[in-house]
Amino acid sequence: MIKLFSVKEKQERERRENAEQAKAGVKKASASELRLQKDISELNLPKQIKIAFPDGPNKLNRFIIIVSPDEGYYKGGRFSFSFNMPDTYPHDPPKVKCESPRPVYHPNIDLEGNVCLNILREDWKPVLSISSVVYGLQFLFLDPNPDDPLNKDAAKVLASDSRQFQINVRRSMGGCYIGNTYFPPCK
Amino acid sequence: MLVGPGFEPSEAILPFLREDCRVLVIGAGGLGCELLKDLALLAFGNIEVIDMDTIDVSNLNRQFLFRMKDVGKPKAVVAAERIQERIEGVKVVPHFGRIEDKSPEFYKGFHIIVLGLDSVEARSWINETVCGFLEYDDDGQLDLSTIKPLVDGGTEGFKGHARVILPGITPCFACTMWLFPPQVKFPLCTLAETPRTPVHCIEYAHLIQWPKENEIVEFDVDNVEHLQWCHKNAVKRAEQFGIGGVTFSLVQGVVKNIIPAIASTNAIVAAACATEVLKTVTMCCAGMDNYMMYMGAEGIYTHTVKYEKDAECPVCSSGISLTISESKTLAELIDVVSAHASVKGNISAPSISCGSMNLYMHGPLEEATRPNLQRKVKDLIMTNKATLAINDKKLPRTLRLNLTIA
Repeated sequence: MIKLFSVKEKQERERRENAEQAKAGVKKASASELRLQKDISELNLPKQIKIAFPDGPNKLNRFIIIVSPDEGYYKGGRFSFSFNMPDTYPHDPPKVKCESPRPVYHPNIDLEGNVCLNILREDWKPVLSISSVVYGLQFLFLDPNPDDPLNKDAAKVLASDSRQFQINVRRSMGGCYIGNTYFPPCK
Repeated sequence: MLVGPGFEPSEAILPFLREDCRVLVIGAGGLGCELLKDLALLAFGNIEVIDMDTIDVSNLNRQFLFRMKDVGKPKAVVAAERIQERIEGVKVVPHFGRIEDKSPEFYKGFHIIVLGLDSVEARSWINETVCGFLEYDDDGQLDLSTIKPLVDGGTEGFKGHARVILPGITPCFACTMWLFPPQVKFPLCTLAETPRTPVHCIEYAHLIQWPKENEIVEFDVDNVEHLQWCHKNAVKRAEQFGIGGVTFSLVQGVVKNIIPAIASTNAIVAAACATEVLKTVTMCCAGMDNYMMYMGAEGIYTHTVKYEKDAECPVCSSGISLTISESKTLAELIDVVSAHASVKGNISAPSISCGSMNLYMHGPLEEATRPNLQRKVKDLIMTNKATLAINDKKLPRTLRLNLTIA
């Protein structure tokens, strides 16, 4: 009667055996995991950037990126970001937050560690990858942007007096108060 | 061609639909209620339904199987009861819970699965599950008996779609992921500094203010108090910037990402889906090939498009098949794969994973996974049959490897 299904009945026994084997096997990777495996295996990090997987090499959906700029305002600093990959990655972008130091003195990062980077929100596209975001973060430290501020005070200083901004950044990286906010040192 | 390939008119079809054919409906909401009613009236007598939601008073205008007294009860349970009461000889088994909590064997037990879902996540999950059932022989030919057809419906206001997925034959959900428009997102700095619309103010309260002021508590879109908090603060912010129009229902719409639901759109899309289920199961008519969109905003317009399968889809493509001996190490397997005719010259530094297990990875995990190279594949994957994922910078997409250890 129904070809698709009559073939099926014949092979029912065989499939049951297969199913038992599958049960003993490993968990199937989701589409987002498959994509993460591709992203991570192809990730080539410059020496200023390090990555760590706190849950081991088989859990790629949560990791830490550490940026240590070797030029620019933030030279000598060390900034760590948590990456949380949603199940819908790469349809949706990674969730990225600056974890340490927090707060960080940066025009495009607010005091809670939220980052204003276009490709993390409005300009995210599934063709972008972890690599794109990592380079985006690196760029943010080389060329902080006073025009799209999340930290208005820092942006104001950068726009009006870049020497003062440089001084503030240096001081903040050693740990200090700027205005009423305490910025802990880079670790 | 009107009749599907292999259709044989027979007296056995009706009892097959009534007794034997097992249909699973995922979702007992707006589309689910319509689907259950349509399928039951089409003579499907052996239906199961799964939904994790309970009935809300706002559902009652369109989810017609539910009454005022049902508010708070599981949708799947009430829907199943109501259908059985109204349509004689139909058995509907409810499952109140998350689709992810059921085993693959549960889904394998159905002849066909119909989706009345509202999220990309849930669709992806069930798509990956049924694509995982596919088996290919050594020549990459699909074993037809491993196909689990999916019929997917979706609505948004006056628009909707119905599609038929024959995994391995027609494009799967992952092949056409690009069909789903990404959610509109605003730059954080706009929200923080230059809000211009009521939505900007709501997103500010939701995304920036809440984590700041309620550090420990995660925002819960189903918690009325959280929503009220968000509303109150969004109104305050809107007043500061001279913006009007922040209402509670807009807050709900924005943070819960609620899409307006129109009863008639659900009815039309569900009817198209139920029809496709009948066609696919009986082959009494060539089925939809393979995506119908419906637009009901200005007049009524439908169009059916034949989307193409992505030959290299990491979820449903056949990939390559290999059989190796028990003694082979991972390094030896990588050599065999690199020399395989279909990829030769396209692989230089492959990384290889089995499910969530990363066996050998280039990039930052190289050092951590390097010791695996000298281990036997059999000891690493602990089974004789598995699907592996191969990545290489030279490959445009992830390559599936169906491995047998003999």
